[in-house]
Amino acid sequence: MWLFALPALLINICIILVPAVLTFTAAFFIWDGVGTPVWAGLANFQNMVADPVFWSALTNNFIWTAIFLTVPVCLALVMAAALLMAPKARIVVQSIIFLPRIIAVAVTGRIFQGMIFSPATGIVAWLNEHGFSISDPLADPDRSLYAVAAVDIWHWWGFLAVVFLSAMRQISVDQIEAARLDGAGFFALFRYVLIPGIRPTLTLMLILTVIWSFQVFEFIFIITRGGPAYGSEVLATFAYRHAFFEGDVGQAAAAACVMSLFGLCATAVYLWLQITDDAQST
Amino acid sequence: MIGDRWSRTFALGLIGVASFSSLLPIVLAVMNALKTTVEIGSNPLALPTQLHWENFSSAWRNAQLGPSLLHSAEVAILTIVMVCVTATPCAYVLARQKGKFWRFMTFYFMATITVPVQLYLYPLYFIFAKLGLVNSIPAVALIYTAMFSPFAIFLLRTYALAIPVALEEAAQVDGAKPWQTFFYVILPMMRPGLLTVAIIVGLNAWNEFVIAVTFLQNDSNVTAIVRFYNLTGQYSTDWGEMLAAAVTIVLPIVVIFVLLQRQFIDGMTSGAVKS
Repeated sequence: MWLFALPALLINICIILVPAVLTFTAAFFIWDGVGTPVWAGLANFQNMVADPVFWSALTNNFIWTAIFLTVPVCLALVMAAALLMAPKARIVVQSIIFLPRIIAVAVTGRIFQGMIFSPATGIVAWLNEHGFSISDPLADPDRSLYAVAAVDIWHWWGFLAVVFLSAMRQISVDQIEAARLDGAGFFALFRYVLIPGIRPTLTLMLILTVIWSFQVFEFIFIITRGGPAYGSEVLATFAYRHAFFEGDVGQAAAAACVMSLFGLCATAVYLWLQITDDAQST
Repeated sequence: MIGDRWSRTFALGLIGVASFSSLLPIVLAVMNALKTTVEIGSNPLALPTQLHWENFSSAWRNAQLGPSLLHSAEVAILTIVMVCVTATPCAYVLARQKGKFWRFMTFYFMATITVPVQLYLYPLYFIFAKLGLVNSIPAVALIYTAMFSPFAIFLLRTYALAIPVALEEAAQVDGAKPWQTFFYVILPMMRPGLLTVAIIVGLNAWNEFVIAVTFLQNDSNVTAIVRFYNLTGQYSTDWGEMLAAAVTIVLPIVVIFVLLQRQFIDGMTSGAVKS
């Protein structure tokens, strides 16, 4: 029987596990990816800690995590509750808010650059002509991270709302009816029935949000490449730049290890929840 | 009906605003794909006065979208086939076998779902470079197979768990070997799951960016996403043409989405919704 699992396992080990172990090893070597690696001890980590860009990247990852634990989650929860109350609109609206999720990140990034943020062709340009003075947020080191986060929120929150909606629909109608007969208004219903009713889903999504926030790469790399002036740099763009533009794979590997450390903590919580979940359901 | 009148009005207002903001960038992109760059610059919010379809033909010609779309399709189909072939039997075993070893295996696959690409990207790239696998479309499909199969395994596992064990036992009593049971009893019953897996894996392969942009560097074998990315920068000037290219790349996905919404939404939210 174990032969059935072999092909999938083999591919997974060759593509993911072995290179991941090599990354941990490479973090302790000076290596340009082509030549012979030279033992470096903790030098890569020491260089990284001494690099202010690393610290601003790490801070940006924390900011990103804070943003994504709150803004899209709140939007999605309220939207899911609203859709629960509007069964007629549900199917169509669900598809509409899900749509951003299936559009390629590279395309979404460029559309927002050109049509929203651009001071020449975007909504920003239109606002400037109509008396609002707004500069291009992507050109501002202090605002670029938030501008990119806005794009990712657009892409992400509708999907999250659909997830929460399907979880809320599993709450028994009797329970909702009973609360309503007791005189619960929208907010009471939301606070005391809907949120507790979807707690397992909510917890899982929050944990995944932490994991993904420390991995965030695509939107930032595509829209700002971590710039301007490293204003939107995160660990992933920091690592990518070191590996492929500066020929310093050891440094990239060290950054990847730090990134994974945060993900690993969250993954441990995730796996632990899965185990307790499985134990409860069987 | 849930909620009083006031909260229903609030809900409908919210739904309206949300739908509008989800659609606005898409509508702007489609609208401006049919305008000249000068028109876009003068007012991005205006409707096109005249439909400039030539943006699409020039995007097709200048960006060489044709061949790159073909590469995207090639990568997507190869990935779908490899994921389905390897994940289905694996999901079946994980659904049936009990014990420590298999529990560990399940957790291993679960862990690889959340592993960042960055953790294996760099050594993988330089190993593939040594092996001459950079710029190879099948090599990229192989990486996608590793990346997307854990998701497929867990989705298919739920389908396998729903198949009554009595069916397999009956087949065994009739003298079927394990692989015969798998092919003739299990596989036909997993068909709906396979359709969902094919759609989601195909979508992910079509849209994927990091691996594609790193491993495909020749204009002669890039996917449509990489081609689009390489041609457009922060300082693009011909937005009409660029948006036409964007619409061309996204259109096939949107058409399939409209046709198969159930599979898309169920597949992508599977695993996220806990009962």
